[in-house]
Amino acid sequence: MNINFTLISQAMAFAIFIWFTVRFVWPPLMRAIENRQKTIAEGLAAGERGKRELELASQRSGDVVREAKQRASDIIAQAEKRAAEIVDEAKVAAREEGGRILVGAKAEVEQEVFRAKEVLRQQVADLALAGAAKILRREVDEKAHAELLASLKAEL
Amino acid sequence: MASGTELTPTSYMSHHLTNLTSSIGEGEFWTLHVDTLVMAALTGIISLGFLWWVVRGATSGVPSKRQAFVELAIEFIDNQVKSTFHGDRHAFVAPAALTVFVWVFMMNAMDFLPIDIMAKVYELLGLHNWRSVPTADVNTTFALALSVWLLMIFFNMKVKGVGGWIHELVCSPFGKNPLLWPVNILFNLVEYVSKPLSHSLRLYGNIYAGEIIFLLLGMWAATGLAGTFFGTLLNAGWAIFHILIVTLQAFIFMMLTVVYLSMAHESH
Repeated sequence: MNINFTLISQAMAFAIFIWFTVRFVWPPLMRAIENRQKTIAEGLAAGERGKRELELASQRSGDVVREAKQRASDIIAQAEKRAAEIVDEAKVAAREEGGRILVGAKAEVEQEVFRAKEVLRQQVADLALAGAAKILRREVDEKAHAELLASLKAEL
Repeated sequence: MASGTELTPTSYMSHHLTNLTSSIGEGEFWTLHVDTLVMAALTGIISLGFLWWVVRGATSGVPSKRQAFVELAIEFIDNQVKSTFHGDRHAFVAPAALTVFVWVFMMNAMDFLPIDIMAKVYELLGLHNWRSVPTADVNTTFALALSVWLLMIFFNMKVKGVGGWIHELVCSPFGKNPLLWPVNILFNLVEYVSKPLSHSLRLYGNIYAGEIIFLLLGMWAATGLAGTFFGTLLNAGWAIFHILIVTLQAFIFMMLTVVYLSMAHESH
């Protein structure tokens, strides 16, 4: 254990090593580490942003789905209403049509009845006339009594 | 072993504890411990060169295992410094702490080299006396501690100015009262003397003692079968325990460096 010039030499070596580390070893690695820290921080921030955006998007999609459902049910309700309306209209139309057909048929029947009555009356009148003529046994002057006969026919 | 001489405990110990010296001038002081210098330079160049080699190819993307290891070490030290030193640590203090830790750790770790096998290897290289552990040489630890001490004074003057530093020497820790000046000066003097002493001798003592224990166990191993058996066991045990000491002493030395330098940056 004797102090000698080794001490000075070691001190110089120490100085050189410190200088070397300060100059060449420390800064590049610190730069690399700091850059990586920045990258990681950015990545984390981006992840956070992505998560938030995902939340917003899912919220938005929920809204859209809800709106679509609402609209679909509206449309269905409308369609049902329209269908009911159509059915009602059809019923009304059918009733009217039926009524019209009934009226037409009644009118026709009445006409037919009227015509048959007319024909019957004609025949009854002719028959009555022929009967009267037979009863009277004489020729009724058709020409002279045309007016009388016509009024008689009309009365029958 | 020196050929021809009988192997005695004393010669064994002194053989292992003698430095390879080289005289560069007149007098006791102008000698160099070549082994200390070469081993220190080698460990420093290898460890710091490794760091440099890794750092040069460092990527800010996904790091390789090698880079992750270096980053782990560096961030560990950076965190230690951050908790103690409040200033721009990247400019000097943190890299200096890294240097101290890595270098001292490597120098301490030379203690793991098996002393007698290494002695044979050195003998083959023609080196009769060669001590592997630079930190078991008081010159190394004093060199480091005194460098830190000078840096401490430098930062004191740089941060507070020469006047501010002298003011602090005179007026702290007890107060500005002129009656207290001598006490303050005495107190600071003791502090400035004790700092490098405790700083260097703690490391030196631990590592030197570790080396001595390895030597003693090696000696025991030479006494017979029982000695070899227990010597081997205890040697292994001591080596394993020494992993802790080596790391711990390097860490303590680094932390003290950081603490001294940050104290120099702070005004009282």
